[in-house]
Amino acid sequence: MERERITIAILGLGGQGGGVLANWIVQLGEKAGLVSQGTSVPGTAQRTGSTVYYVEMMPKAGAVDPVLALMPVPGDVNIVIAAELMEAGRAILRGFVTRDRTTLIASTHRIYAIAEKSAPGDGRVSEGRILEAARERAQRFIGFDMDAISERTGSVISSVLFGALAASGTLPFAREAFEAAIRADGRAVEANLAGFDAGFAAAQGRAAEEEEEQRTVRAVAPLRAGTPVGSTLLTRIRTDLPDAAHVYAAEGARRLLDYQDEAYARLYLDRLAAIPSRDGGLLRETARHLALWMAYEDTIRVADLKVRASRLARVRAEVKAAPGQIVRVTEYMHPRLEEICDTLPAGLGRRILDSPRLSAWIRRLFAKGRHVRTTSLCWFLLLSLLAGLRRWRRGTLRYAHEQARIESWLALIRDAAARDPELATELAKCQQLIKGYGDTFARGLAKYDRVISQYHGRKLDAAQLRRLREAALASEEGDEAALASEEGDEPAEAIARVGASA
Amino acid sequence: MAERSFKAEVERLRIGAGETFQGEGILAVTKALLQAGVAYVGGYQGSPISHLIDVFADASELMAELGIHFESNASEAAAAAMLAASVNYPLRGAVAWKSVVGTNVASDALSNIASGGVTGGTLVILGEDYGEGSSIMQERTHAFAMKSQMWLLDPRPNLAHIVDMVERGFELSEASNTPVMLELRVRTCHMTGSFVARDNRRPSMTVAEAAESPRRDVERIVLPPANFLHEVEKIEKRWPAAIDFVRAARLNEHFGPADDQIGIIVQGGLFNTLNRALELLGLSDAFANARLPVYVLNVTYPLVPEEVEAFCAGKRAVLVIEEGQPEFIEHELNTLVSRAALDTKIVGKAVLPRAGEYTGAVIRDGLAAFLRTWSPERAPPETTAPSPTLPANAVPQRPAGFCTGCPERPIFSAMKLVQKELGTFHVSADIGCHLFSILPPFHIGNTTMGYGLGTAGASAFKPRGKRAVAIMGDGGFWHNGLTSGIGNAVFNQDDNLTIIIDNGYSAATGGQDIPSSKADNAIRQTNNSIEKAVRGVGVRWAKTIRRTYDVAAMRDAIREAVTSTERGPKVIVAQSECQLNRQRRIKPQLAKAIKAGRRVVRERFGVDPDTCTGDHACIRLSGCPSLTIRPNPDPLREHPVAHVENSCVGCGVCGEVSHAAVLCPSFYKATIIVNPTWKERMGERLRGWAIGRLQRWADSRRRARAF
Repeated sequence: MERERITIAILGLGGQGGGVLANWIVQLGEKAGLVSQGTSVPGTAQRTGSTVYYVEMMPKAGAVDPVLALMPVPGDVNIVIAAELMEAGRAILRGFVTRDRTTLIASTHRIYAIAEKSAPGDGRVSEGRILEAARERAQRFIGFDMDAISERTGSVISSVLFGALAASGTLPFAREAFEAAIRADGRAVEANLAGFDAGFAAAQGRAAEEEEEQRTVRAVAPLRAGTPVGSTLLTRIRTDLPDAAHVYAAEGARRLLDYQDEAYARLYLDRLAAIPSRDGGLLRETARHLALWMAYEDTIRVADLKVRASRLARVRAEVKAAPGQIVRVTEYMHPRLEEICDTLPAGLGRRILDSPRLSAWIRRLFAKGRHVRTTSLCWFLLLSLLAGLRRWRRGTLRYAHEQARIESWLALIRDAAARDPELATELAKCQQLIKGYGDTFARGLAKYDRVISQYHGRKLDAAQLRRLREAALASEEGDEAALASEEGDEPAEAIARVGASA
Repeated sequence: MAERSFKAEVERLRIGAGETFQGEGILAVTKALLQAGVAYVGGYQGSPISHLIDVFADASELMAELGIHFESNASEAAAAAMLAASVNYPLRGAVAWKSVVGTNVASDALSNIASGGVTGGTLVILGEDYGEGSSIMQERTHAFAMKSQMWLLDPRPNLAHIVDMVERGFELSEASNTPVMLELRVRTCHMTGSFVARDNRRPSMTVAEAAESPRRDVERIVLPPANFLHEVEKIEKRWPAAIDFVRAARLNEHFGPADDQIGIIVQGGLFNTLNRALELLGLSDAFANARLPVYVLNVTYPLVPEEVEAFCAGKRAVLVIEEGQPEFIEHELNTLVSRAALDTKIVGKAVLPRAGEYTGAVIRDGLAAFLRTWSPERAPPETTAPSPTLPANAVPQRPAGFCTGCPERPIFSAMKLVQKELGTFHVSADIGCHLFSILPPFHIGNTTMGYGLGTAGASAFKPRGKRAVAIMGDGGFWHNGLTSGIGNAVFNQDDNLTIIIDNGYSAATGGQDIPSSKADNAIRQTNNSIEKAVRGVGVRWAKTIRRTYDVAAMRDAIREAVTSTERGPKVIVAQSECQLNRQRRIKPQLAKAIKAGRRVVRERFGVDPDTCTGDHACIRLSGCPSLTIRPNPDPLREHPVAHVENSCVGCGVCGEVSHAAVLCPSFYKATIIVNPTWKERMGERLRGWAIGRLQRWADSRRRARAF
């Protein structure tokens, strides 16, 4: 039995403008003489939570009103519109998307949920799984990054979705009728029509089966040197290291040249060459993590990155400043006693830290965070001066600390490399645990120390070490559990406990 | 200023007889009230009925023209008490609120008015916040109707029908001298549709006219001996009158054939969902031509025994579709069937879930189970559910949270910082947006006991060393918190801290004005200070923080309040405007100023991806929607970096938090000056020249040691 009713579910996040879209669709139906009904759930769910708008429409039949439903029934939805990829996933989970009936129109961009954002490491859920399910479950799947299009056209995502809906041909209305609905609404008509048009064009003939998802590809520079120094280093990389490690080693050398100087980059390659293994995976990961560790973020590095011309240009682009507009940049910096001493010559730094009176005095002096106006001449000069301390970095207290830590970490890797490259790779990856500044850095370092002491104490194998590291990264409390497990569990149990608490 | 303006829509409320009204459920209800000749309306906001109060407010001019009194009541109790105007006078009155919570608040006045009875028709419009999207405990208003003997209408979701039921509701109330409740489910309030309008009617008597010629009847007052008479009157007079009216006016409806072995009795509000379920089983069509008898209870209390008997007679089994629990209607039907000596089997929760919303799928499955037993030839074949394509954990949960730039966020960031120093506190939370603090990333709050009851919820904690902390919103404060919370704490010599969140609006319900709102409101008196009010009831330690975004100041104030040696309740009024409302207010102003070429300063925040190490500690202290993550542009790093989206409103919390918590130097504030003055342009050129030279020099040095 061919039915005349059209059912449309719109899933989005509160504040995404799903109500506007639902309203356009209802107006569209009413203008065409169909009985149209829209419903929504107002209230706190709209404060960034996910929400469902629902529209039904069908032709009149004499004087009797059709009975329209107020919410979608699984298996009974013709069109599902999702304003974000996970909301499309949610529609699939709730059974709204079915092979026999449903056209799924979804933006494939991500708005990360709080659980994904707040993980200390990478808490993002798989996008591929949702895209796969969308292709498998829907009769037709029209999906592309509509957020990018709305940004480009200066419109809202609703208008792009509306354009995609028009292009899908699932509603029995001409394109002009859709545009008329936008005009009749009267708000931001020009921008919305631009978004509509772009959405229409993008969706036309663009079933997702054919679509190649353009996922962000990280820019890895080609394996080419541009200076004599660079080519000398590159030659060394090519001769000393297995192919698999070349890209990261080159990137690492590039980073350390920028960070310090040629000698430092050579030290990096010396350290890599000293690893008694030619295992591709091990050398690649060590190249990656050694470069990151050697380019540790001290005050000199931060100042250096903050004053660069390229950085100020990036800020202007990011905040969408038009030519002729003035952009002033204020940094939130909070150097404390520790960072001050770290930047001083090692001997002096140690003396201050050892003297309670001096420490207390400096601590008081730097108790408050500073608002640093990088774009003012005065602060710019000060930061440039700080960046210029690079030349004396080797004398600083922090340098001494970090090189000692790096050496003992490398010793562990070297020790494991010959007998168990997999284990050595896992050890190399433990550098991930050390991140951030101030308290965050101290916490990361403590996590690292705990994991390593577990490794020593329990003779963990590669898989156990990986699970321990992942547990420590999964949440802020991971380190507490790891600490607790030091008190005498068997290794397997200790890992299970760390994992469970994460 | 409310979240949504209905100024344009309310103009449509003026249309006259024969014209077609098109719009949302709440507008239809308002139009129905005007058509019914109400003399006064009132209520208290709360989803899903918030927008109804906004419509009332936006229509207040029209109402004044018609001689109708409108009031934004201070609470549901105040709204219910206002119905007293209909006790002695033939005044039709209507009030509205969110149920079941609003009905709880109103219940004292409701019991009184239900006991004494009314002369003028009184209608209580209830937004039943049950099922998907609900933010409250899942209970039924039905119990209130039963215990106070007020009649409960649950109209079939169809605008023309709902409009008609409003009018019939007044008539029923007058015919039986009993207040009537009209229950609207969440989605019905915002359901669009159309109906043929009638002319608006001036009330036959206005509230002013009533006040000018007072009438008194001591028998209507709840005091012995009248209270005992009221109970008898309810049973002997009002109940039979109500049943007679419901029957005569045919408020309940029948669909489908008259004769069958089986039938369905359904609450009116669920009819559309039932019909869809029947349709999916091939037992009805889009025009409700059901293939088995359906008896629709548009009046769910009281039931009409004669109608029930007539429907059940000759049927082997009847399915009752009744959402929520306990199943009062099912119990009552069993009693009626047994009294009528019928052997019809009443089937309800035996095939339908005892708890939870009755969605289309739930009713379809319940129907199928019912048919399998009682009419197997009409039952659908048993199917196994298709295997899920995705595991449930493939899609992350999206709990509601604070909006971008919300001034409440820094309060909880500050609390998190204080807890890091002093350990966790027992926190008694309240109702409002601030309750989102219990969710990630804040995890603050142990209990919530009701609107404005944050402080009272902490009152059992008489500290030995560590104080408990109570949260209260400004909405809840004026609703009852001033007396039930602060007054109570003063009187009982509490030593706890109450943080009152003063964002200038009843924000969670859609931005309605309240007594402490900063906005000038032509028909209300605003700008009443909360700090003055708490000092007025005897608080000695009170402090107002005028910029919650100053996380360090907020943290210091909280630390001081929980460690101060002074005894007695402490109150911090944390004051900053609701950002949602602020943006709504200033965005058009800014756009206009920029267009006119005036100097405008805009701020927003950003994260430098090359100094961000991807730890996300900033997100764990903020949770701002505009503070998110993106793939790390650094090829060596794997974890995503923090990123501030363009939706940032420049509130500054991320920067302040990273400052106060000593997190990281990656945050920056960009101050963008649009249409700068010539002086600024000159200065900028000079600075740009000097800085540019230095940068070029540094760049050339870097190039010398490049790869």
